[in-house]
Amino acid sequence: MTRTTTSGGAATVGDNSPLGLYRSMLRIRLIEEAIAERYAEQEMRCPVHLSIGQEAVAVGVCAELRRTDKVVSTHRCHAHYLAKGGDLKAMMAEIYGKAAGCCGGRGGSMHLFDDDVGMLLSLPIVASCMPIAVGAALALRQEGTDGVAATFFGDGSIEEGVFHESMNFAALHRLPVLFVLENNLYSCYTGLADRQPDRPLADLAKAHAMAAETADGNDLEAVRAATARAVARGRAGEGPTLLVFDTYRWREHCGPNYDNDIGYRTEAEFQGWKAGCPVERTAAALRAAGLLDEALEAALRRELGAEVAEAFDFARNAPFPAADSVKDHVYG
Amino acid sequence: MADTRLMNVAAALREATDLCMARDPRVFVMGEGVADPKAIFGTTAGLLERYGRDRVMEMPIAENGFTGVAIGAALLGRRPLIIHQRVDFALLALEQLVNNAAKTRYVSNGRHRVPLVVRMIVGRGWGQGPAHSQSLDALFAMIPGLKLVLPTTAREAKGQLIAAIEDDDPVMMIEHRWVHYATGHVPEGYYTVPLDGPRRVREGGDVTIVATSYMLLEALRAADTLAQAGVQADVIDMAVPRPFRPQLVVDSVRRTGRLLCIDTGFRLFGIGAELVASVAEQALGSLAKPPVRLGLPDHPTPSTRALLTDFYPTALSIIDAAAELADVPVERIAGPREALAVELSKLPMDVPHPTFRGPF
Ligand SMILES: Cc1ncc(C[n+]2csc(CCOP(=O)(O)OP(=O)(O)O)c2C)c(N)n1
Ligand SMILES: [Mg+2]
Repeated sequence: MTRTTTSGGAATVGDNSPLGLYRSMLRIRLIEEAIAERYAEQEMRCPVHLSIGQEAVAVGVCAELRRTDKVVSTHRCHAHYLAKGGDLKAMMAEIYGKAAGCCGGRGGSMHLFDDDVGMLLSLPIVASCMPIAVGAALALRQEGTDGVAATFFGDGSIEEGVFHESMNFAALHRLPVLFVLENNLYSCYTGLADRQPDRPLADLAKAHAMAAETADGNDLEAVRAATARAVARGRAGEGPTLLVFDTYRWREHCGPNYDNDIGYRTEAEFQGWKAGCPVERTAAALRAAGLLDEALEAALRRELGAEVAEAFDFARNAPFPAADSVKDHVYG
Repeated sequence: MADTRLMNVAAALREATDLCMARDPRVFVMGEGVADPKAIFGTTAGLLERYGRDRVMEMPIAENGFTGVAIGAALLGRRPLIIHQRVDFALLALEQLVNNAAKTRYVSNGRHRVPLVVRMIVGRGWGQGPAHSQSLDALFAMIPGLKLVLPTTAREAKGQLIAAIEDDDPVMMIEHRWVHYATGHVPEGYYTVPLDGPRRVREGGDVTIVATSYMLLEALRAADTLAQAGVQADVIDMAVPRPFRPQLVVDSVRRTGRLLCIDTGFRLFGIGAELVASVAEQALGSLAKPPVRLGLPDHPTPSTRALLTDFYPTALSIIDAAAELADVPVERIAGPREALAVELSKLPMDVPHPTFRGPF
């Protein structure tokens, strides 16, 4: 991804032109499809939680962040990491368990981070990410910056007590936190209706006197607009915002396959969401604006395909970490 | 053995739960995934259809909260069974377990009881990494008021779970997922295996090997090889570390003079430490050699298999430690050890079972 060259700390994460953001979404899609395709080779020996179908949230939110703003993610972190500008080769090497992985192979796909671009941490324990982001926001403020911290999490995560503890704390201290709730309707194989009473999710913020917005999570511009307002509030010292983005995970909760046949959701439901594919919607908008045609699309796919292939080659051929390094870094 | 069937531990646990629910209407199941299509690795399969949503309760992701709910219900005489797909997720519920489940009988001066069972699964393998594969048995074992059971064989797992559900005190059951695949003959019907300490699984006079859970399977494999070299191991399953009853171990060491402990957790501050201390306290003079503990080294569990080659004890490391304890010359054990090493090297080291394909 090309980075804009505006001055140091204020630089956006990537190219925020319409085509640049489409490219970012398509890139995430192609990377995750490649993971899905190659997972059966049994060389990526760790769990993978794909975000295929949820790309607009990751890209739309990160588009409004600076490189120096912080992001804390969950088990489903690939798209967030990539949208924030995380290094693709380091991600693929991590998933392949290699020394060049962002965690040196120690974390696997659920622990992606890239300090150079503000991708602070990803954590595989549900909701564990939220207070970490609040703490990052606290530090940013203590340092005297106007930086913000965003934490991504799913609809299941808001069932944990720490969600409320984090919102209460952030609201009390008016901390610049974006609580980004990706509502994909499921926690593993259990639908929302079996886990929560029916109420608008954004109302949860009201209990903590916090701002909240709900938007179509598959609409890139809607995600951007809501995020931009939340970021402005955060930078202005007006406190945290809960952003609720409705979206849908296309593949199984964990792993490369489709699972509409196992009984917890229907093929028809999936097809409905697939018809509103966020990547395709963004492409359609570009085409309508005369910014994308078949030739450009093909060129983009060729270019991205080459990058993805190169990253996989790199990861597959990279060396494993040396066995005697296993004891390093338990303490400083 | 007409009344037994061959089944694995996962199926045996499912059967135990089914029998308890059929027999006692107060028994109900709570957990994330208990009513979903994967049914906690099959261990709750079919229960939803049979007993309905009121007794097979899918939980919001709120471990500490629903553990408290279970304790509250247990105080009124209900018998909840909580299931966590990973030990690591149960960490969020430590507050309720340690402060309330473990102490309520005591603090109420014996008036209250908490008939709660919590099943937790150790997720070793397939790159699960630092926060999805932890064996924290010792963490639960150190709390007075909690019972702890670590099943290994299918027959016993079934009887232990039934005993746990019948028990009026809170019982933690930690299942190593590699044990879920272990098959054995399981009797039909309702029976219990008492939660009353260790038991001998193999008789021998040369070295005492105490193991738990999956490490018991490794230890038994090691014992076979040791026997080929003329070393007879006394193998003890520390299946119930709590209540802590080390007598069988102490008595065994009085005969063998040699003690080797292996469990699935960290070597330091582990179950082995408690056993070694008990033997030192009660039978120091019987020890012919310093006792040996095997366990995980002093660092978190990395995801990549490249860093796991020496992480977990194996039948081979058990053989080596036992042979040294029993003063067996290397030449005597080398042949059978090598044969086993060749056998083991045919299997990938990061999967619970040859059929396993990931991703979770
Ligand atoms: C504390 C805790 N409990 C349970 C789990 C197992 N788990 C992993 S992901 C997940 C579902 C999370 O659902 P959601 O927050 O909606 O995120 P999604 O997977 O849909 O992106 C669960 C229950 C966990 N990792 N941590
Ligand atoms: Mg979800």
